[in-house]
Order: sequence, then C-alpha cells, then structure tokens
Amino acid sequence: MADVLDLQGIRKSYPSGAGEIDVLHGIDLRLQRGEFAALIGPSGSGKSTLLNLIGLLDRPSAGRLCIDGDETSTLPEAAITRLRGQRIGFVFQHHLLISAFTALENVMMPLLVDRGRPDAAMRARATELLAGVGLADRAEHPASKLSGGQQQRVAIARALAMRPALVLADEPTGNLDTHTADDIFALLREVNRREGTSFLIVTHDPRLAARCDRIIELVDGRIVSDRPNPAD
Amino acid sequence: MHPWLPFEWIAATRFLREGRTQSLLIIVGVGVGVAVIVFMSALLSGLQANLVKRTLSSQAHLVLLPPEEIARPQGSGGQALVQRQAQRLRSIDQWQALRGRLEKMPEIATVSPVAAGPAFAVRGDANKSITLIGIEPAQYVRVIELDQKIVGGQLRVNAGDVVIGTELARELGAGVGDKLRVNAGNGATDTLTITGLFDLGNKTANARNVYVGLRAAQSLLDLVGGVSHIDLGLHDMYAAEALAQRLHGETGLVADSWIKTNAQFFTALTSQRISSNVIRFFVGLSVAFGIASVLVVSVVQRAREIGILRAMGASRGQVLRTFLLQGGIVGLLGSLLGSALAALFLSLWRMLAVTPDGQPLFIIEVPGALVLIAAGGATLVGILAALMPARRAAALDPVVAIRG
Repeated sequence: MADVLDLQGIRKSYPSGAGEIDVLHGIDLRLQRGEFAALIGPSGSGKSTLLNLIGLLDRPSAGRLCIDGDETSTLPEAAITRLRGQRIGFVFQHHLLISAFTALENVMMPLLVDRGRPDAAMRARATELLAGVGLADRAEHPASKLSGGQQQRVAIARALAMRPALVLADEPTGNLDTHTADDIFALLREVNRREGTSFLIVTHDPRLAARCDRIIELVDGRIVSDRPNPAD
Repeated sequence: MHPWLPFEWIAATRFLREGRTQSLLIIVGVGVGVAVIVFMSALLSGLQANLVKRTLSSQAHLVLLPPEEIARPQGSGGQALVQRQAQRLRSIDQWQALRGRLEKMPEIATVSPVAAGPAFAVRGDANKSITLIGIEPAQYVRVIELDQKIVGGQLRVNAGDVVIGTELARELGAGVGDKLRVNAGNGATDTLTITGLFDLGNKTANARNVYVGLRAAQSLLDLVGGVSHIDLGLHDMYAAEALAQRLHGETGLVADSWIKTNAQFFTALTSQRISSNVIRFFVGLSVAFGIASVLVVSVVQRAREIGILRAMGASRGQVLRTFLLQGGIVGLLGSLLGSALAALFLSLWRMLAVTPDGQPLFIIEVPGALVLIAAGGATLVGILAALMPARRAAALDPVVAIRG
C-alpha cells in the first residue's frame, strides 16, 4: 500500500523585493498509514508553510508531493480541491467552526460540500462522530455557543467526516488550558488507534511532541532530525 | 437542513439568517426601492390610461379624410400666383369599397363612416352654430362610447331623430321630446325631435356636436350617398400613427391619427415615460449598490469561514454560488416587501386622492404582472450586485483567509 504522504525535494520560495526568499529547501518526508507524528521547530522554520503544502492549500515551487499515492503537482485546481476534501482533514488552532450552523451540521459540512445535498446517511455519520468525541448531547447546539474544548472536539469530528487518510493538526491544543489540552490530545490518539488515521501534528509544546510516535524537527526550512520517539 | 436543498442554498440562507440585522436592513432598503418603482409605475400607468381615455372620449384613433383639393396653374412655364383653393365639403371617393377593405384589415377593430358638416340649430329666436354629425350608431359607439355618455333619453337617430349635448340643450332651453330645427349652410332645413342628451365631459363638444342618422346628415349637408370622413377604432391605439402613414400611402386620403392630432399631449406622455424610466434605473442602481456593499462586508467578515469551507473541499464555484444566491434572495425578499409597501401606499393614496364627492380621481391598481416583473427584476439586480463580492469570496486564498 502506498504511503499516505510522500514528499521528494519539496521547495517553496516566495517573491520578495528583487529576488526570492526560500522558505523550504528540499524536504524529503514519508508518512505511513497509521503514523502519529509531531512536526516541531522554532517560529519561522517553515512548519506552517510545509503544512499548507501537504494540506494542498498551497503549491510547492519544486518537488514531488504524493497524497495517498496520487501525484499532485500536475493536477488542475478543481481536482486538488476535491482531493483535499476527500483525503485530508484539518484541525486548526482556532477551532474555526462555521458559526451559522449547529455542532452536528459542522461535522456534516465536509460531506455536504462533497455530495452537494444533505441526506440521512450523512446525519448518521455525523451523529456517530460527535458521539465519538463525547458531544452527543451537544449536537443541536449552535457552534458559537460551545466552549473552546468542545469546539475543538467538534473540529476533530469534522476532520474525520470524510474518513481522510491524513489529518493535519496545526497547534490543536494551542488555545486550550492544560487539562483540556490533555483531553484533546488523548482524543486524537484514540482516533489514531481506532480508525488507523495518520496524524501530522504541528506543535510548539515539547510535552505534546513527547507523546507522539515520531518527531520531525524543522529548522530554517530543512529537516534537521526525524526520529522515532524514544519514550515509546 | 432540508434534505432537498443543495449546499449553496443552505449556506446562503444560514449566512443571511446569522447576519440578521444586516440582512433585514438591506431587505428593507431593497423593499423601499422596489416600493418606489412599483408605486410610481402603477401611478403613472393609471394616470396615463386615464388621460388617454379622456383624450379619446370624443376622438377616434384614426380619421380618414378626403385629400385636399389643390389648384394647379394651367400651362407649364407660367409663374402665375395661384391662390389656395377653399376646401368645400366633399365625400370620400368610393368609400363603400374602401370600407370593405378597411374592415378586413387585422389591426382595425371598427370602421365608422361619418357625414359631418356645419349647420345651425334653431329654436324659437335662438340660433346656435353646430357641427352636424351623421352616424351609424352601431359602428360609431365602438369608436366613441357615445352610448355611455347619454344622460337623458336614449341614443336613437332614426329618421327625424336628433341627439344633442347637454350644453346645447341648456342654451336652447330644449329637452328630450322637444323639436329642433336644423339649418345647413346651403339652405336645406329639417325639423327633428330630440331623442337623447349626452355629456361628453367637454363643454365645447356638448355645445356643438349634434348627432343624427347618416342619411339625414347626408341629405342636409348635400352629400347624398357620401361620407365626409371615416373614423377608425384600432386594436392597438399606439400603432395609430404608423397605420395612418400606411393608409395615406395606400389610399391617397388624408389620415390623421390621434397621436398626430394630440402631438403635444403625446410628447408629454413620452417624456413622462422616459423620465420615469430614468428614475427606475437610478433606484435600481442604488438598490444594487446597497446589496453589493452589504455582501462585500459579509465576505470580509466571513473570510475565515470561507477559507475553512475551501479547506474542507468546497470549490470556488460553490462559494461563488453561495454569495450570488444571497444577493438573489435579498433582491427577491426585498421585492416582495416592496410590492406590499406599494400596495399600502396605493390604498392610502386612494383614500386621499378623491374628488370632493368622494369618487377616486382615477383608478390605479398594482397589476400582478408588475409585481412579477419587480420580483424578477430585483432578483436579477441582486444576483448582478452580488457578482463582485461573490467573485472576491471565491478568489480568497484559503491559506490567507484561515490565518486571518
């Protein structure tokens, strides 16, 4: 089976003044199915840029990027959008629910966007996911009325709606208190074990990174270390 | 979430509902604009219909007259000064055959031959100048609704009958059943019985028009077997001038349309229509700007949500349609509110604009077609107004939008 993620020689540069600024200098990275990896590094090291490229929100300046075996560099934008919707789930630092909808509807949203119209199967899937993150009783609450931890749980359920191969989490616990952060992290771990979904988690928090299976460290646009977690 | 609605509809209605105050304000704004347009259109078309009706109450859409007699100098090279010939009362040549042809033309509803000329009405010592009009009543009332204007007696112009106006009756002190002596300029006289009185709503017409049967007029005016003109009623009265020119070309007769004989009135109508179109255009424009500005703000406010929708696989097209729909929905709801407001204005107006005896000045209504046109137009304007903000939303870079 193909790797969930396969990056070869990924470069990214942005135009700046007369010349260009290189943010990523040739990244090679593979992620297998079911892996639970942390991406760490100081601010400005290119973590977010890399995450945007992997999430197909942005395109690399050079290099090969395969998601679930599909080479993406030659795909037209519409296909990229579809691939992103179907294979990748996002969990952001700011929970970014859509406030005009209820918790349940937010979880349904990726399915709705993909299929065009709501149906009973979607609702059932969303209900099940919401129960999985412990929010069955909050299904009909407006998203904006939920607490920070609850919103992040809804966001996690939403990220799983399409059964993505890979979930990208950008500081998923960054805005939460320690206790809630532990809960959320435990939930991600549980989903990883139960569904076999791969996770790539960007974090500043060494405590959190220490609980992942693999730690990838990025400094100045290069991977300086990539090691299995010794604690495991 | 209704199962039959597509994503774009669900998102558009939710976004509008969430931004309740904004949505409500702009819908009311659109409503006021639409109300102005609908109210103004209804008022103007009512006013115009009323003015046209009054103008045409004693006038045919089109009148065919014999060609003018022209005096030609004898010989070719002479520079003789030729005096313009006086126009005597003449008949239209071969009018019976012409009538047959006119009656077959699809744009003509009614053909009414008339023999009319000057005469005097004499009663006792009183002597009034009149226009003697000989008609075939069955045809004539379909061109000019004389039967609707009878205020005393009846419209009956058999041999020996005459129908006169209320003003002439007052001046002569005559009523229904009284005798009236009519003296044509050529010396022919006849004594007739007044069978009916009419009120055309025009003092001059009430004093001058005297209706008799066609044959009676022909013999009095020395126009035996002839008619002085033919009145035509058309299906489309606004086609009168074009038809007049065609008939003039085909028959050589003088063809006067009501549009030409009321040129000033018609120009006034046209300029009124143009100015109301200009007002409509600018009201529509300001409605469009209102919708666009609200949606531009909404796109800015929702940039992150748009970004997250794009990240979870929503296409640019889906985002574009979501915002276009919001524009369309605002336009549609605004137009419904506007039509209701216009109907309210009109009923208020009906209460205020009455004659001293409580009759409405004229009849105006909000026709169903106008409401449909307003709804369709406002929806279209809403969608067009949403085009710029919607494209902006669709073009948002999700990376930038999510980062905020």
